[in-house]
Amino acid sequence: MRVFLRQLTPALVALVVFTVLLGLVYPLATTAVAQVAFGHRADGSTVERDGVVVGSELIGQPFVSPQYLHPRPSAAGAGYDGSASSGSNAGPLNEDFLDAIDERVAAYRDENGLPDGAEVPVDAVTASGSGLDPHISIANARLQAPRVAAARGLPVEDVLAVIEEHTDDRGIAVLGEPGVNVLLVNVALDELSQGG
Amino acid sequence: MTWQNVVQALALVLLLVVTVPPLGRYIAAVYGSRDDGTAPGDRVFGPLERSIHRLCRIDDRREQRWNVYAISMLAFSLVSLLGLYALLRLQGSLPFNPTDRDGVGPTGAFNTAVSFVTNTNWQWYSGEVALSHLSQMLGLAVQNFASAGVGFAVIIAIIRGITRTTHRSRTLGNFWVDLVRGTVRILLPLSFLFALVIASQGVVQNLSGHTSATLVDAAAAESVGSATQAIPGGPVASQVAIKQLGTNGGGFYNANSAHPLENPNPITNLLENWAILVIPFALVVAFGILVRDRRQSRLLAAVMALFLVCVTAFSMFAESNGNPELTARGVDQSISTTQSGGNLEGKEVRFGTSACTLWAGSTTGTSNGSVNCMHDSFTPLGGLGPMFQMMLGEVSPGGIGVGLMGLLVNALLAVFIAGLMVGRTPEYLGRKIQAAEMKLLTLYILAMPAALLGFAAASMTLDSAATYQPGPHGLSEVLYNFASAANNNGSAFAYQGTGTQWYTVTQGIAMLIGRFFLIIPALAIAGSLAGRPKVPSTSGTLPTHTPLFGALVTGVVIVVAGLTFFPALALGPILEHLSL
Amino acid sequence: MSTTTTLEPDPPAGGAQRAPKVRTKPSASRSIFDPTIVTSALLDSVRKLDPRTMARNPVMFIVEVGAVLTTVLFLRDVGDAETQENVFSALVAGFLWFTVLFANFAEAMAEGRGKAQAATLKATRADTMARLIQPDGTIVMRSSSELAIGDRCDVVAGEVIPGDGDIVEGIATVDESAITGESAPVIRESGGDRSAVTGGTRVLSDRIVVQISAKPGETFLDRMIALVEGADRQKTPNEIALSILLAGLTIVFLLAVVTLQPFAIYSGAEQPIIVLVALLVCLIPTTIGGLLSAIGIAGMDRLVQRNVLAMSGRAVEAAGDVTTLLLDKTGTITFGSRQAAEFIPVHDTTEVEVAEGALVSSLADETPEGRSIVDLATSAHGLVPADPTGAELVPFTAQTRMSGMDLPDGRRVRKGAADSVRRFVTQQGGTVPLELLPIVDGVSKEGATPLVVIDQQPGGVWRVLGVIRLKDTVKPGMRERFDELRAMGIRTVMITGDNPLTAAAIAAEAGVDDFLAEATPEDKMALITREQAGGNLVAMTGDGTNDAPALAQADVGVAMNTGTQAAKEAGNMVDLDSNPTKLIEIVEVGKQLLMTRGSLTTFSIANDVAKYFAIIPAMFSGVLPALDRLNVMDLHSPRTAILSAVIFNAFVIIGLVPLALKGVKFRAEAASAVLRRNLLVYGLGGVLVPFVGIKLIDVVVAALGVN
Repeated sequence: MRVFLRQLTPALVALVVFTVLLGLVYPLATTAVAQVAFGHRADGSTVERDGVVVGSELIGQPFVSPQYLHPRPSAAGAGYDGSASSGSNAGPLNEDFLDAIDERVAAYRDENGLPDGAEVPVDAVTASGSGLDPHISIANARLQAPRVAAARGLPVEDVLAVIEEHTDDRGIAVLGEPGVNVLLVNVALDELSQGG
Repeated sequence: MTWQNVVQALALVLLLVVTVPPLGRYIAAVYGSRDDGTAPGDRVFGPLERSIHRLCRIDDRREQRWNVYAISMLAFSLVSLLGLYALLRLQGSLPFNPTDRDGVGPTGAFNTAVSFVTNTNWQWYSGEVALSHLSQMLGLAVQNFASAGVGFAVIIAIIRGITRTTHRSRTLGNFWVDLVRGTVRILLPLSFLFALVIASQGVVQNLSGHTSATLVDAAAAESVGSATQAIPGGPVASQVAIKQLGTNGGGFYNANSAHPLENPNPITNLLENWAILVIPFALVVAFGILVRDRRQSRLLAAVMALFLVCVTAFSMFAESNGNPELTARGVDQSISTTQSGGNLEGKEVRFGTSACTLWAGSTTGTSNGSVNCMHDSFTPLGGLGPMFQMMLGEVSPGGIGVGLMGLLVNALLAVFIAGLMVGRTPEYLGRKIQAAEMKLLTLYILAMPAALLGFAAASMTLDSAATYQPGPHGLSEVLYNFASAANNNGSAFAYQGTGTQWYTVTQGIAMLIGRFFLIIPALAIAGSLAGRPKVPSTSGTLPTHTPLFGALVTGVVIVVAGLTFFPALALGPILEHLSL
Repeated sequence: MSTTTTLEPDPPAGGAQRAPKVRTKPSASRSIFDPTIVTSALLDSVRKLDPRTMARNPVMFIVEVGAVLTTVLFLRDVGDAETQENVFSALVAGFLWFTVLFANFAEAMAEGRGKAQAATLKATRADTMARLIQPDGTIVMRSSSELAIGDRCDVVAGEVIPGDGDIVEGIATVDESAITGESAPVIRESGGDRSAVTGGTRVLSDRIVVQISAKPGETFLDRMIALVEGADRQKTPNEIALSILLAGLTIVFLLAVVTLQPFAIYSGAEQPIIVLVALLVCLIPTTIGGLLSAIGIAGMDRLVQRNVLAMSGRAVEAAGDVTTLLLDKTGTITFGSRQAAEFIPVHDTTEVEVAEGALVSSLADETPEGRSIVDLATSAHGLVPADPTGAELVPFTAQTRMSGMDLPDGRRVRKGAADSVRRFVTQQGGTVPLELLPIVDGVSKEGATPLVVIDQQPGGVWRVLGVIRLKDTVKPGMRERFDELRAMGIRTVMITGDNPLTAAAIAAEAGVDDFLAEATPEDKMALITREQAGGNLVAMTGDGTNDAPALAQADVGVAMNTGTQAAKEAGNMVDLDSNPTKLIEIVEVGKQLLMTRGSLTTFSIANDVAKYFAIIPAMFSGVLPALDRLNVMDLHSPRTAILSAVIFNAFVIIGLVPLALKGVKFRAEAASAVLRRNLLVYGLGGVLVPFVGIKLIDVVVAALGVN
């Protein structure tokens, strides 16, 4: 016990020193360098329109109107709640989850005018891990393109071109999977519609 | 799976193969592999370390025996625990709280404090909801460093125990010196560089609270009940760097590395995945250098890699095949150039099942526990892989220090059985393994399963603990979560509400058992081996660097865990899979 | 072993009892399952069910508790349950008892062999009357059990020596067959290295005075009885370490089984206690747990069968770890007698002439050297020994230092040491060739002994024929033996009093790794401490009092039974045959002991895989049909599956008793080769065998109507 008590002094001092060094100096130094070197990115890669922040290019946003690409279902808060990231964590055989899948599949077919029995891309009916997934799959985006084009009165080709433009390829061609950035596509589509 | 998925896995392997050996040499040099007594960074870090030693009133030339070493470690952990607990309780009235968080409740603070001090980093809390920036920086980030630093100290002490032969050296080194060294010379510079790299890719690093963004689709505002979206801020990159490198895993945000602001793209994903594995593997290289027998480290690394590759491949196949229940419901789960298919529930499009299972294997093979997808939504077999890998005792390659320690203990067990089989009193690296070591070894082996199975079984009998999903998956969740706690992993089958009093406390206890009931016996083994004369190696000695011995160690690890957990797993993931 | 003696004495005089002849050496035909031993072992295995005895073995104690529990549950439910359920419960309970009994039987069998030997030894220990010499010189009769250390006793021919001691006066032939099993009597005399006598042995001739050196009850014979009986058997270090591991594994499995019930209840498949007990017993390492003590006892017994008494199990285990073997040259590596190796002609003679002369000179020479000369001359040179009728033997005398023959035809032949012969020839007027000296010196230098052969034809002068090279011959097969030892990682060091040159020559021929020449006891001691400082474990043999410190210092010190009391006290083993080569066998027994433990542990744990695949689906497939897919053995029904696993678990203990008693096959190989083979046989075999065994038992059990 005496040995233990004798060790408490260095323990306490070491903790204080670590707190200063690692809890203050380290993050503040990192922040300083990061802010100077790549401020935009270090601040959340925000997207602005007319001087107003309308989102982050890294974070998905809810869209329900037919003229927009719809993102994946989200379990973050009420949906794409940036202050409450979360997945559904539903197990693969969870009945509520499977019921939700049934509903989402039906709704997706309905919205996009797909026939009964048409296969629906998996990302369109499943929630992401963060609930803030900015992407949908290319297949999903292409299936939504006719609806978006119709709602905007644009040719499908134009919508597909915008989708193409905001498709993120795999990292260095092999890492991860390609995906379409929903927010950037929708912002671009709005510009296209306004411009046209 | 596509060929890109395979190349992605190979890219990770290549990155490790290139970086692990130099880092291993660096670590070995930091901990005294050089004959002239110098260590890299003496000029830069030497004065800093010496001033810390002076502040702590440590005589850095005075070494400790194993028991004093262990007591120092416990004292530091206790002080850290109390400090973090106080910080979490009081954060509401402390400065630098831009998001106005209240103090954390007593059990939650206990769980979180234990979790970070034990290098588990189980996220009892939801980062962006519950914690102030001050708590993240002064509390969690500091413990991310410190708990990993303790891991360094422990394994270095154990290596000294194995290598020291002269009578003078019943000592294992000085805990304070080792702790400060590993933290200051290895973790800090690596984290700083890594934080900047990922910040350049879009990981947030500022001191602000939420940035409010106006939703583009006004109609959506109605459905989510808010016209704005909060874009969270904070010192994220600096925290992510150490949580990955220090096998901690506690994310800044609830969604951990699935969160786009912690892990924005496939490149950061690869780098963060690399960061999980690099130090645990480098420590194995350092081990070989310090014991002056690199064949030993090659063998141990191979055994670790074997587990890691097998579990990862197993999960990867299971996940990329998707969930048959979804196929039956008209969902296309194929993986193609236009969609990242597979079982995508709980996974990000930008990562896909391959990058997710690669991470899942890495994070459960080490005791990191950070996630880039939700393990609870894995298919039964996809989830079985990570769960079983934790049940192996986190040895592939395991947490900083403790992973190698675990595999060494398993190697001692293998040596014991094999040694008898060749007709010699068992010995490892020339040290005889006798009753005293076997007692400690048995304690070590019992602790984790006792905490895991004991608390899991108790949970299944408590109605109030039935916060899991129905069916066999519920059992899987309880098993996974206690496996995570008892192995200081920190990843979760997160559907289960573990915020109840019962889980908060029992998981805290499981984490303490998983940390200290393993480290202390292991240090004691090292202490009892230290100074014992080395038995010369002859052809009658069991070689511990051959594939045969590697197979034996692998077998021992699998058989011990397999036999212990098979009945429980049969009623959990195996039953769930067979019911598909 | 023969019980005939060449020196059968007169019947013993009244007063002293005659020691019975004892066979301590096993006859080759004694089978493992000797009927008398089996019978008493069967009884013992029931007697050992006493929980106080069982508690010493935690693994088997758990099984006994399980057996009691299942029996109680069976009796409680027997009225209410259906017939099949009752049959099942009864059989599970029954086979759990059998599991315990089988393990006890294994231990009793191992002990039984020792007890049988002890029983015969005890007959020797019968109280004898000693004639105690009082300080004033008078003699009083005293029971041998009342003797104290330092007492002097008078023992004459035909009497049994009353206790362990040293001869302080006289010389006698002693029949030590009670201890050694060897019937040939040995000479014991006061002073020197042949003074120790053992209580219970019998003086055959002459009279001696023995000074008692051991208290009654602590004599060599007493210790020997205790050892073979295994009465005060203490666990050896490795056995303790293994027991700890086995206890640890038992706790792990206890944990797995106890926690399984809540999981099972959650899954809607609550398990009967009997089934859980059956699962637990199948999982815990009963095979090795049940055989562990039998293996240890049998290891000691194997040494006893080789006529070696180990004073502790620790010494036997240490023998397995030995890395340096110190072997005395004479008697161990070489025959100890010099043998003719070559005939070297001098001047104008031929090799055949030398051979012929040597042959003739040695015809009547019955010394080993003489016989070896005859052998070499006949075999290498095809000479036929002449008919010695009428020839006159000229014996060796200290004055002439020559021996030879005077033939009927008047020819005289002599052989002898070089300097004596030279002097003799010169005296007799003959000439000594100049090259004789270099030849003689050359032979000496290479470690051999030169004998010079001369002859004299009738009327002629003495002529030098040549030189016989006598050399110390390495026993056949020694080189192979040392190669084997080297493969096992054991270094051999030859100890000899020879000069370094001779020693080097013999060391090279025998193939030992190193040698210590001109060795004094101090050198020997220094060598041992040096080796030990380097982490080596050293084994040696010795017999003299001056060997005692080294014997005590060595990790394994084997004293020759012919040696002094001091040597026997100092060593931790005694070789009753006094055969120094035994050391190698002792090392093998030690290794075999550890190997048997390790292999059966591996086998025991590997068995669990198949047992899981039998029991887990059986437990749950009723309620959770999906798990029936784990029933890879396609067992008949849940009940037969569980029963088959339990029965297999019980019978495997019986099946392995012979292996436990005999030890796993020993081969002199490098560690990695041994490991590979044992891992394949006992590891892989341990995984596969129960799949087959359980399936077969299942078929039988199902055919018998259980379902």
